[in-house]
Amino acid sequence: MSAAIIELAGIRKTYNAGTPVAIEVLHGIDLALRASEFACLIGPSGSGKSTLLNLIGLLEWPSAGSYRLRGRPIEQADDDERTRARLETLGFVFQFHHLLPAFSALENVMMPGLMLHGVHTAEQRASAAGLLTSVGLGAVLHKRPPELSGGMQQRVAIARALALAPALVLADEPTGNLDTHSADDVFELMRRINQTRGTAFLIVTHDPRLAARCDRVIELRDGTIVSDAPHEGQGVKPPLSADDGRSSVGMPAGSP
Amino acid sequence: MMRFEWTVSLRFLREGGMQTVLIVAGSTVGIAVIVFISSFLGDLQRDLVRRTLGVQPGIIVRPAEEVARPQRGDAGAAAIEQVQARAQRLRSVDQWQPLVAELEAMPGIRAVSPVAAGPGLVTRGDVNKSVTITGIVPARYVAVTRLDEKIVAGDLQLNPGDAVIGTELARDLGVALGDKVRLSTPTSAGDAYQVRAIYDLGQRNLNRAYAYVTLPTAQALLNLPGGVSSVELAIEDLFGAEDLAARLQARMPHEVESWMKANSQLRTALNNQTVMTLLVRFFLALVVAIGVSSVLIVSVVQKTREIGILRAMGATRGRILRVFLLQGVLIGAAGAVLGSACGYLLTSTMSEILRADDGAPLFVAHFNLALYLYTVLGATVLGLVAAVMPARRAAALDPAQAIRL
Repeated sequence: MSAAIIELAGIRKTYNAGTPVAIEVLHGIDLALRASEFACLIGPSGSGKSTLLNLIGLLEWPSAGSYRLRGRPIEQADDDERTRARLETLGFVFQFHHLLPAFSALENVMMPGLMLHGVHTAEQRASAAGLLTSVGLGAVLHKRPPELSGGMQQRVAIARALALAPALVLADEPTGNLDTHSADDVFELMRRINQTRGTAFLIVTHDPRLAARCDRVIELRDGTIVSDAPHEGQGVKPPLSADDGRSSVGMPAGSP
Repeated sequence: MMRFEWTVSLRFLREGGMQTVLIVAGSTVGIAVIVFISSFLGDLQRDLVRRTLGVQPGIIVRPAEEVARPQRGDAGAAAIEQVQARAQRLRSVDQWQPLVAELEAMPGIRAVSPVAAGPGLVTRGDVNKSVTITGIVPARYVAVTRLDEKIVAGDLQLNPGDAVIGTELARDLGVALGDKVRLSTPTSAGDAYQVRAIYDLGQRNLNRAYAYVTLPTAQALLNLPGGVSSVELAIEDLFGAEDLAARLQARMPHEVESWMKANSQLRTALNNQTVMTLLVRFFLALVVAIGVSSVLIVSVVQKTREIGILRAMGATRGRILRVFLLQGVLIGAAGAVLGSACGYLLTSTMSEILRADDGAPLFVAHFNLALYLYTVLGATVLGLVAAVMPARRAAALDPAQAIRL
């Protein structure tokens, strides 16, 4: 069992707190993700998947509960520290590609390095080009995102998420906007990266076909984790109660 | 450093395309007009003053007025009731030779010219014309008044028997170069003088006003043996005349008067002109700043998603802030450089086109380096200030919300 990258305990999220329209969308989430895990997060619309992903990605802040990133409590971190943690530890892939249209594929992938080091070096360029080549885009390094197909854009996004070798990549419906064929390609690419590089993935998806191919499936319903299992339909766990502690079932990387 | 901010700013501006071109063009026009007004105003006012003043110096030092002192009896007793103001005799400036030397050594004073001037008549045949007989040391006098540039015939190599008169006076008297005229004063029957040169100051009344002779000649005619009626100063900063005059006044018993006091209407007109153009320039700068602000605000809205992506990737609020501040600075600086160039072109073109009634350029365009440096600096700061509000908006964007768009 490898070390936990993130550990959430009793995470709650309330929007418009303190107002008459306050609404709690996450009701005490306990979740741990370990290095090299390949997990997916499923659940109906409005179940709180994106909110949970944003919380894990430090883009939003829990109303209550504790969050440890690589063993370090991050509740006290200010915005700059969270941003830094995001840069160094996490990678993002979004449904609508979310590349920077003003920059070429290569420049998009080099952007995290530019943020971290404040310079462009030949080494960074070579490494970014290498990443793009490894996702099959060696021929379109200098094309801008709008010139690329949806599947290609999502590959660029994946390469960019990997640029600083993050421990965990958070993917919000990465295949939701792609045709079946491209969706399979992109999913396989993430699977392969997980196996070859040991990068952990947490993938939000609506697609049961893809969820079935993940090592671990976490199901969210109405702001609560209702099941968390190595495989869909295999050992579904009952909903967690508040004092149930950790809910993670770590799976060794690359298990079938 | 700030490589990230530079890279993203420049790319955002480039991506802005027509929007960027238009705001830079707008800033350029605004700044060009500011530069034009500033340099046009400076040059025009300088030339206007020079033209209006004619041979008036920047500062003139005269003997203090004689004051009639009321006779008093005991301390506190009433004065004899009516005190008549004294008529001012033509008197010499006390100790003028050391004064000239002292003034010459002072900073801010370019040239010093002692002058003996007083009322007199020019006579030819049975025509009398009253003039101010002005005794000068030509080399010193031209350094103060540039009379040499106003000479239309002859030269200023004055000998004791020579006189210089204006074009109108020469016409009135029907004299030409080399002819003789008689100069006389209430205290002297006078003598005949040869017209050595004829000047044109560009104003008819001024061209009738002065008859120039050598200093000793005037001293003899005006009964001012060895004396001068005033000491005239050419100063470095024409518009600082009043301050310099006040400083001089504080350290000498004589009366010190600047051109500004002697021509208070002109000075008031110039001041009003300066205030008006200051207002126009201020509002132009405001319009440029509002333009830059509004374009950047639109850009923040357009780039909300990109800002969200950058924030999600790991760009801090500070970096996003600087990306947009830098865009303001770049627009301001680009507008300033282009605007300065256009402003200079405009100024030199207008200097060619605008003419005074005598056909000379209304003003001469000077390349004022300080003006351009201040403009570039000022416009850059203006761009920075204009970018503050948009940049703060951009930095305050919630990345989670920005990405959802």
